[in-house]
Amino acid sequence: MLCQICGKNPASVHFTEIHDNKMSEIHVCERCAEEKGLHATSKKQQFDIADLLVKMVDDSSGTEEERVGHVQCPRCGLLYSGFSETGRLGCAECYTAFQFQLRPLLRRIHGDTRHRGKRPVGEGEGATRFRQIQRLHDELQRVVEREEFERAAVLRDEIRQLEEETRAGGEAKP
Amino acid sequence: MNGPVRPPADFDELVARPARWLSAEGPHADLVLSSRIRLARNLRNVPFTHRAHEEQLQGVLMSVSGAAQRGQGFAGSLLLRMAELSPLDRQVLVERHLVSHELGDGTRPRGIVVSPEERLSLMINEEDHLRLQAIAPGFQLTEAWAAADAADDELDQSLDFAFSEEIGYLTACPTNAGTGLRASVLIHLPALVLLDEIQRVLKSITQVGLNVRGLYGEHSDVMGNLFQISNQTTLGRSERDSIEILDRVTRQIIETEEQARERMMRDARVQIEDKVWRAYGTLRHCRTIHSREVINLCSAVRLGVALQLSGLCPLNVINELLVLTQPAHLQRAYGGELSPAERNVYRAQLVRERLVAAEPGPGPSA
Repeated sequence: MLCQICGKNPASVHFTEIHDNKMSEIHVCERCAEEKGLHATSKKQQFDIADLLVKMVDDSSGTEEERVGHVQCPRCGLLYSGFSETGRLGCAECYTAFQFQLRPLLRRIHGDTRHRGKRPVGEGEGATRFRQIQRLHDELQRVVEREEFERAAVLRDEIRQLEEETRAGGEAKP
Repeated sequence: MNGPVRPPADFDELVARPARWLSAEGPHADLVLSSRIRLARNLRNVPFTHRAHEEQLQGVLMSVSGAAQRGQGFAGSLLLRMAELSPLDRQVLVERHLVSHELGDGTRPRGIVVSPEERLSLMINEEDHLRLQAIAPGFQLTEAWAAADAADDELDQSLDFAFSEEIGYLTACPTNAGTGLRASVLIHLPALVLLDEIQRVLKSITQVGLNVRGLYGEHSDVMGNLFQISNQTTLGRSERDSIEILDRVTRQIIETEEQARERMMRDARVQIEDKVWRAYGTLRHCRTIHSREVINLCSAVRLGVALQLSGLCPLNVINELLVLTQPAHLQRAYGGELSPAERNVYRAQLVRERLVAAEPGPGPSA
């Protein structure tokens, strides 16, 4: 793994921060750690990764900017500077490799950094059926609000049938 | 319309039939042409399209199209590989709102899976590996979402999507990360444009975090009074919440437009009717016509139909004209290349024929 600051030397100093039960990690090389006064053996252990990033981004000297640009995705090899130019990330792993740069960016774009939508179901028919039941329940609620009782009765039957299939361990339904 | 639809055997058959979203069925179809849901997904273990090798993209095309065709949502669907289509045919797909301009270039292993009646489509290896789209006629965002959501679940059964607990679905561009959702409505707002109230409305739309743009033309030069309104953000909100906001705002816009129409008819009925009938007359009798003019005249006729002026053609005919008079559709219908001037003549002929065919009773000949 390469240093997340200079993107050139192998990362040999690893920091872990736990905040709100969430763990963030940063991996840097000896030289950058030294330069930032962040050596693992130093007494100065109390630091915040966010602070470090602010330092990285705020330091507006050309060389620092270049360093941020040299952060590289270990999987696809995309440099952060490459992303800055095209606005396109290289692979799923880039989101981890550039997480410190991306987080403020995502906040600027979306006003939030946290996903609150659906998630992959996982495998198997049971999972699909579960989701289908959820969906029917949602629709049922809507049609009841609209007082479409005939439709509601149909939905209720469908839900009941799916729930029975689930209980039966469910190899019903193609 | 509920019976099973025989799937199109090939590209020719697909193009020969009008897409269902043009049918003008569904609630508020006189104002809202279509409701659309798009979901962006990527495969976890393959670099995003623009960084992937040819072979990797071939692999994506195979596995994704295979997964789609195994599911119920895409039963009876057609797989089209961009490389196997002529530039004209690729442009036809762009005009049908099935593929983006990016996918239309055809140089990389890209493709699209299209379900019968074009209810669902899946672009493969566009900016993201998968771009799943569900379109419904009229104002039916919930229905479109249900179709897209179910198809997404089916794809998820056999594909490993790039997903993180924190950020959600991971996309090539961070603007789509999270839900990967783009929900949109295509809405016709002629009265607000005529009464010069549109800028205020558009401004308030963007203030609530939605995005709005003209369907045809750019910025101030919006043609046909057709606007596409969509959600802008994909993080921090569930799909349902995003759709709910768009739904609510669209309802308000529909109401505002309807009030503007009432005012307009109250204050200037004759002028409006005159505008509608002149537009219809031009379309019905033109001998050469530019696509821009068709779009603008169709807007006036559409308004007339919505205002229930009798004697005009049904709405689906107007909707279909918007697509059929585009350059690629036109040349395909003609069966060969046409210069812009020839296109204008052939376009005029096609428009006349369509309108005559839609006239009630035995009409005069074109």
